[in-house]
Amino acid sequence: MSEESAKRLAIIATHGTLDMAYPPFILSTAAVAMDMEAAIFFTFFGLEILKKGRIDKLKVSPVANPAMPMKIPNIIAMLPGMTPLATTMMNSWMRKAKVPKLSELLATAQEMGVRLIGCQMTMDVMGVKKEDLIDGIEIGGAATFLEFASQNAVTLSF
Amino acid sequence: MSDLKPDLTLDNSGLSCPMPIIKTKKAMDGMKVGEILKMVATDPGSVSDIQAWVKKTGQELLEQEKEGEKFVFYIRKVK
Repeated sequence: MSEESAKRLAIIATHGTLDMAYPPFILSTAAVAMDMEAAIFFTFFGLEILKKGRIDKLKVSPVANPAMPMKIPNIIAMLPGMTPLATTMMNSWMRKAKVPKLSELLATAQEMGVRLIGCQMTMDVMGVKKEDLIDGIEIGGAATFLEFASQNAVTLSF
Repeated sequence: MSDLKPDLTLDNSGLSCPMPIIKTKKAMDGMKVGEILKMVATDPGSVSDIQAWVKKTGQELLEQEKEGEKFVFYIRKVK
């Protein structure tokens, strides 16, 4: 391991959707397994991921999502019922590939010491209270995240 | 078949990224320096991932082999 090797992984999660919630947890837990420290800053719609009881109910929209294997035109994708359908399909692909559920990855991340930081400003904007969020997380602002990210870190945004 | 004698065998068959790496790390944490872990995985990504993992963590990949659908890694704990 070279001396220049980054010691931290700092992730910003801005989307509260099924597809966008996975990479932060996969990468942060892998980082800790590689002897790095990891933190995820949940801001804007990413805060949804930290709400109690929400993580396994996140959805994926087929609208404006042309990489979805389910090929349907946007005009049909926007019809009622298409988002739940896409979500059910994606969950079944993930199960088939034996990818852990998001709640399992979240538990693994917490057990491994990944820092989970909920954005205070987003909470104020969206009217979210601390008791609406899961236990064992931190609440902070941009400076909290940046202080962590400013020291020898790889930074990623989702 | 390798003639290395593992001190611990960890079967990650059927698990996908990132679980083989996470379980390997946890198993290694409970081992003593010098001991050998035999890790079995079916995730083809684990071939590249284990090589990257030993490079980053400073552990030693002694041997790797393919047995049918399974990838087998022998890793020595060096620190």
